[in-house]
Amino acid sequence: MTDGAVKVELSCTVNGTSQTLRVHPLARLLDVLREDLRLTGTKEGCGEGECGACSVFVDGELVNSCLVPVLQVAGAQVTTIEGVAGEAELSAVQQAFIECGGAQCGICTPGMILAAVNLLAHTPQPTDADIRHGLAGNLCRCTGYMKIFAAVVRACERAGVKA
Amino acid sequence: MQTEETVGKPVPRKEGRSKVTGAARYVDDLSMPGMLHGATVRSPVARGRIRSVTFDDGIPWDEFVVVTAKDIPGENAVALILLDQPYLADDFVNHAEEPILLLAHEDKHLLERARRAVRIEIEPLPAIFTLEDSLAQTEIIWGEDNVFKSYLVDKGNVDEVWPQADLIVEGEYSTGAQEQLYIETNGVIAVANPAEGVTVWGSMQCPYYVHKALLKLFALPPELVRVVQCETGGGFGGKEEYPSMIGGHAALLSLKSGGRPVKIIYDRAEDMAATTKRHPSRTHHRTAVTRDGRLLGMEIEFVVDGGAYATLSAVVLSRGTIHAAGPYNCPNVRIRSRAVATNVPPHGAFRGFGAPQSIFALERHLDKVAQAVGLSPEEFRQRNFIREGETTATGQVIREPVDMAGLVARAFELTDYQAKRERFACENREAGAGRVKRGIGFASFMHGAGFTGSGEDYLKSVVGAEADREGRVRILAASTEIGQGTYTIFAQIASDALKLDYDLFEMAQPDTGNVPDSGPTVASRTCMIVGKLVESAALGLRQTLQTAGLLADEYNVAEWREACQRYIEQYGALKSFSQYKPPPGVRWDDEKYEGDAYGAYAWAVYVAEVSVDTLTYETRVEDFVAVQEVGKVVHPVLAAGQIEGGVAQAIGFTLYENVVWRDGRMVNNGMTNYVIPTSADLPSIRVHFEEQPYQHGPAGGAKGIGELPMDGGAPAILNAIEHATGISFTHVPLMPEALMRGLSENA
Repeated sequence: MTDGAVKVELSCTVNGTSQTLRVHPLARLLDVLREDLRLTGTKEGCGEGECGACSVFVDGELVNSCLVPVLQVAGAQVTTIEGVAGEAELSAVQQAFIECGGAQCGICTPGMILAAVNLLAHTPQPTDADIRHGLAGNLCRCTGYMKIFAAVVRACERAGVKA
Repeated sequence: MQTEETVGKPVPRKEGRSKVTGAARYVDDLSMPGMLHGATVRSPVARGRIRSVTFDDGIPWDEFVVVTAKDIPGENAVALILLDQPYLADDFVNHAEEPILLLAHEDKHLLERARRAVRIEIEPLPAIFTLEDSLAQTEIIWGEDNVFKSYLVDKGNVDEVWPQADLIVEGEYSTGAQEQLYIETNGVIAVANPAEGVTVWGSMQCPYYVHKALLKLFALPPELVRVVQCETGGGFGGKEEYPSMIGGHAALLSLKSGGRPVKIIYDRAEDMAATTKRHPSRTHHRTAVTRDGRLLGMEIEFVVDGGAYATLSAVVLSRGTIHAAGPYNCPNVRIRSRAVATNVPPHGAFRGFGAPQSIFALERHLDKVAQAVGLSPEEFRQRNFIREGETTATGQVIREPVDMAGLVARAFELTDYQAKRERFACENREAGAGRVKRGIGFASFMHGAGFTGSGEDYLKSVVGAEADREGRVRILAASTEIGQGTYTIFAQIASDALKLDYDLFEMAQPDTGNVPDSGPTVASRTCMIVGKLVESAALGLRQTLQTAGLLADEYNVAEWREACQRYIEQYGALKSFSQYKPPPGVRWDDEKYEGDAYGAYAWAVYVAEVSVDTLTYETRVEDFVAVQEVGKVVHPVLAAGQIEGGVAQAIGFTLYENVVWRDGRMVNNGMTNYVIPTSADLPSIRVHFEEQPYQHGPAGGAKGIGELPMDGGAPAILNAIEHATGISFTHVPLMPEALMRGLSENA
């Protein structure tokens, strides 16, 4: 519950932009991103850290933003799906998701793309098992995951292209 | 100029870019000035009489909008097939989680506290929770006999075959409820006021269903109700009928608030507890065969549990009934089916719509019959597969080439089925064999596309196409994009019809204020039925230009653009509409349930390979091959994606997804306790299409594919588990506990 609680000031960097916000200390990072910053690409699927639709990076680490009290990101670098594409071009992972059919209804897609970016950052040449385990924290109900795996493979085949 | 054809090619998904960048706007991403949040106070018990509603102290109730049944301006019933389900229970409740009262406030957190501070006192009445109790009429909870709907399909005379049969094989099979688990929960925003009427934006499959329901709820003329589909994060049937309920609720709150926008977004727990799931089912088979493995007669009793209100159970039952005898040629078939009432939240549309349940039973049972006759499952089926010119259970003559044997051959080749079947059997038998048993099995089946029987004729769907001065074409259809690729395939169909570039085509947002009623986005009908209308509406534009003398038979994009511009300057808007007409020669008797049940069928053979750990009781699907004949494949990547996703849901339905009920409530209503397959759980799902163009389909002969992949997984997997363990399991989901019991009893 956050009603009645006193708001506090919080500074952090979101997608490269410094932000100073007045927030309820226990507000979920997810809600602050979606409601205060109107970064609605981050989705809520379950609210209990199971589905990964709310995945974002905090200081380079992939987290479920529905489980993060916003004060934990004070001074941190937060990256959401809105910060993944370049100025004009999509990232290699985003492009591959379009080409390979990795997005169907699209609701898990922002989180799934961040999970794929995270996987490739740590494992540039993943095996099939690496991909399966690297994405296992993100649920998709549409694709059966096969086209998502194909998208990850295509993204890392594009050598020299930034994930 | 030659424009390349797009059908059969993986053109980019129309809304792909907005989905991968997070720019796509789902309903919860929208906000309006002065917006309130709405919440639903629900029944804590399964059946009873409402005694009182009280509001606890400590909440500033005067700040809240409160709606009860008394506030409903029109009829308190969700208009669907019957009018038995109230928007808000007034006197009696018939299932747990039934909506009783609505609240709205601008502070979401205070709203949640308030929701918990409403006390509903209910005098409980005896409730029933299983289809067995409903059939036994332990209590009468609906109508005179608890039966929402029954059907009788009667082909030949099954009563005469029993004495002639060499063998009679009986079996009983059952399936559990399945949660939809679209990743975006149900949600809407509504604005309603007496002067301007009602507008609802939301996550939905069928804007015109919501439209129809709101007309009744608010007693308004059609022009004062507008329904707009937002980007929708998965449907699967779960957003076929339910949006009429939540959309009505938000609109009632808005009206009471004096016209402020009201948003209702269910959290996951509420969505799982209160919205529709797949109907649980029970099927009894009695089958007469000759010694050489020919089907003489099939008697099938199929029952589904519809939950507390009729909703769509009658039509779910219909599809399940028609598919119950499968792609086999049997001279005598009797199918009796019933949808019955229980005091659980109404079950509803879910991919496959009754067919996965009845096909599960049939394809498990036929392995049993084959064994009784002493034939392999494939040899027994080969002797009975339906062929062109033969008739289905409803007496529909198959007028298209159908090659089930060819599909079996292809699927077996892709899986090395025969060799594995023998090898696994040997390995499983060997002394000193490990604790992991392996097996391979398959299922063969069909799935009809479009509404059943005369359904499409009643719908009379309409699609429009509109061209602008730049020659760009907008398709006006109520068919929704819910992940399956509607926008993309419609643009492909229209662009190929007009031989113009794919990028010139776009879809209008489904908005009842702007698009005609193309019928619901359900029943594997979008591509085959509505796609055909898209094609003819697009061709209508060209015909209009040619009739006006503005366009030659052959044209390039510049000439097209100029013709559009000149037409619009001379005559105004350039639009064309097309309405559904049944293909010639279709006959259907609704009374006898006899005739051409569907315009076309997709045909399929699915093979599953499993490993069963006899120590941990974990079953894994190790390989899955889906071979199907679906007519012309419009978009190979999207089509394969439909099959893969459907197979994944079927694997979940078979091995993971167990709805746990207690007193009529789902108690594992969270993603932590209700498990769907993750990327680490699924096998490689390998998809193979055969294309036999359907003469009345769009784009050179497309049929429907959306529901098909839900049908074959469960029986194929349980057939494989029987091969691995020697045990014939008859219920899905097959949870490890049931596997343990089965293995212990047979040890």
